[in-house]
Amino acid sequence: MAKLTIPAQEWVRSGHSACPGCAPALAVRLLLKGLGPRTLVSMPACCWTVIATPYPTTALGVAMLDNPIESTGASISGLRAAADALGLTDVNVVGIAGDGGTADIGLQAMSGMLERRTDAIYVMYDNEAYMNTGIQRSGATPWHAWTTTTPVGPAARGKAEPKKEIMPIVLAHHPVYAATVNPSFPEDFLAKVEKARDLHGPRFFHALTACPPGWKYDSAETIEIGSLATETGLFPLYEVVDERLRITRRYSRLKPVREYLDRQGRFRHLTEEEIDRVQATVTANWEDLLRREAAPPAPVATVALPRPTIAPPA
Amino acid sequence: MTQQVLSGNHAQSEAVRLARVQVISAYPITPQTSIVEGIADFVAQGRLDAQFVKVESEHSALQVCVSAAALGARTYTATSSQGLLLMHELLHWASGMRAPIVMGVVNRAVAPPWNAGADHTDTVAQRDTGWIQLYAETNQEVLDLVLEAYRLSEDPAVRLPTMVTEDAFYLSHTVEPVDVPTVEEVDAFLPPRVGHAILVPERASRLGSFTGPEDYVRFRQDEALAMDRVRPTFASIESDFARRFGRGPGGAVEAYRLDDATSVLVTLGTATTTARSIVDELRREGRPVGLLKIRLLRPFPDHEVREALSEVDRVGVLDRSWTFGMAGAVATEVRAALYPATHHPPVTSFVAGVGGRDITPALVHRMFDRLDRKITPDPIWMDLEPAEVKVDG
Repeated sequence: MAKLTIPAQEWVRSGHSACPGCAPALAVRLLLKGLGPRTLVSMPACCWTVIATPYPTTALGVAMLDNPIESTGASISGLRAAADALGLTDVNVVGIAGDGGTADIGLQAMSGMLERRTDAIYVMYDNEAYMNTGIQRSGATPWHAWTTTTPVGPAARGKAEPKKEIMPIVLAHHPVYAATVNPSFPEDFLAKVEKARDLHGPRFFHALTACPPGWKYDSAETIEIGSLATETGLFPLYEVVDERLRITRRYSRLKPVREYLDRQGRFRHLTEEEIDRVQATVTANWEDLLRREAAPPAPVATVALPRPTIAPPA
Repeated sequence: MTQQVLSGNHAQSEAVRLARVQVISAYPITPQTSIVEGIADFVAQGRLDAQFVKVESEHSALQVCVSAAALGARTYTATSSQGLLLMHELLHWASGMRAPIVMGVVNRAVAPPWNAGADHTDTVAQRDTGWIQLYAETNQEVLDLVLEAYRLSEDPAVRLPTMVTEDAFYLSHTVEPVDVPTVEEVDAFLPPRVGHAILVPERASRLGSFTGPEDYVRFRQDEALAMDRVRPTFASIESDFARRFGRGPGGAVEAYRLDDATSVLVTLGTATTTARSIVDELRREGRPVGLLKIRLLRPFPDHEVREALSEVDRVGVLDRSWTFGMAGAVATEVRAALYPATHHPPVTSFVAGVGGRDITPALVHRMFDRLDRKITPDPIWMDLEPAEVKVDG
């Protein structure tokens, strides 16, 4: 019998109010299994504001702070500063924000947190649109996807622009750890969280989190659709430690991206030609990732810098 | 206690050191910069054991303070003008989360056009954000008010954030002798902050959350009731401060030569010093004039204003800010405060010193002349009165 590697203890309680098949709920569940109870969570306005349930209840077994949509990065810098000032140096500080709250309106604060090397974990759960407000497009919405603000009609083919890629932006800040995670691969997810937990400095996760009402598929299919995103090469799983990129789910042969697109109503309008173009992009990105994995890491001075400590007053 | 020659900005920095602030976060803006430079130096020299989080915007600066305060740290930030406007959303978060943050604000004009001169428009525009607002006239007041602000904001009866404001350049970059207490003297006045017990590691807890209308209104009313407790709490803190340090109490308002005064000018900040000298001059001429300085603008000290002004014949209010559609902001509040009084004198609204224009003794003199000559409901832009236009042109 295979050894169970996922901790049994739950920090997301069963009374949460996520939609059936909600991958953001699974992502936070797995994340907190890896981080444990000595964790302070800060979250902006996002699906999780609601999932965590209203006052005076909470669906989380850990302490949670709400912050405005654009300032998660600053919030976790403040929590870490206070934790250090108050001697709570052993707590995990984690910001959990959506793709809009990270890649769009929260980009500045997230960049600031990485640049000032806050000792904290930032998780972007990417459901590829503003789902909590009713499926409006974000910068992270993929090319051609239908949303309520990128409708499909005689004069429009869904989102006209490609997806904003967060990982190159994050990696430009040289975090001590950065990884892509996918709740369809819980062992991979947990191994990365546990590795990041034991490092100090700015750490980042990009979690692709499928959304049944927003992506238009049956809620029973969340795990399969999430798996297809990785198995087609559209959302490869990798980590970057000390500038070295390592692919953590390797496939000798990727599935056609059509298998992923065909399962979702948001891509139903795509033509053969459009699917071919998506396939060409995915193939090129995967090959680029393989090249980056094989290439030696670029030496960057900031990586080795220790966390500054405050000298006691004279 | 030692006497040092300090700018208003360095009086803020000194007060932050004395208050043993634990987390500071700021973004630079003229003319606030020397406050945070001074603090950075204290931290670098090991004279202040604090986390100084240098951020990429004022919005993030206040978020750092809100989150650090949520965990129980004593926090400080400072800003001015555009920076304060960018913080607007977080101002509500700070008061709504009952975060006892103290913020130094150097009052500066708002763009466009760019102008770094003294002007109260920045803080006056934030009156309704749930922050206590204290306006300093001198650098000594800056230091004293920052120390008092921590006691006030952290008092369990209040738990609201406070802005301590100072006029750009007139205080921020002008030095005066300031009595600086020792850390031990301040420790006795200002004990360490006792954090609330909502956001605690290993406890299933949530600070912020979301609610329907039933609970939402309770949170808002709690905040309003806390604001109502500011005046008595401030008065008792000021009495303790006066007993320990021999200065004050300065009060929510400070009356000057109001006995038998028939015409009274109401001021905030540094214009008060100039106005006081004109009151003395006119009194020597036998004119029964007086002065009321407002130190606490939020919550508005309406009882004190009624008590001080309801017997006088004419009131002028000097607003160093511009507002649209009605009289000056403070004038409007003074009018509202006086309306329930049995006798409510006419209130003339003077707008002066906008964008760093000097409020000269001659200008204040003209306000008193104007007040005694004619009552008008419309605001008078004293900076642009015909006499001055002729001089300039």
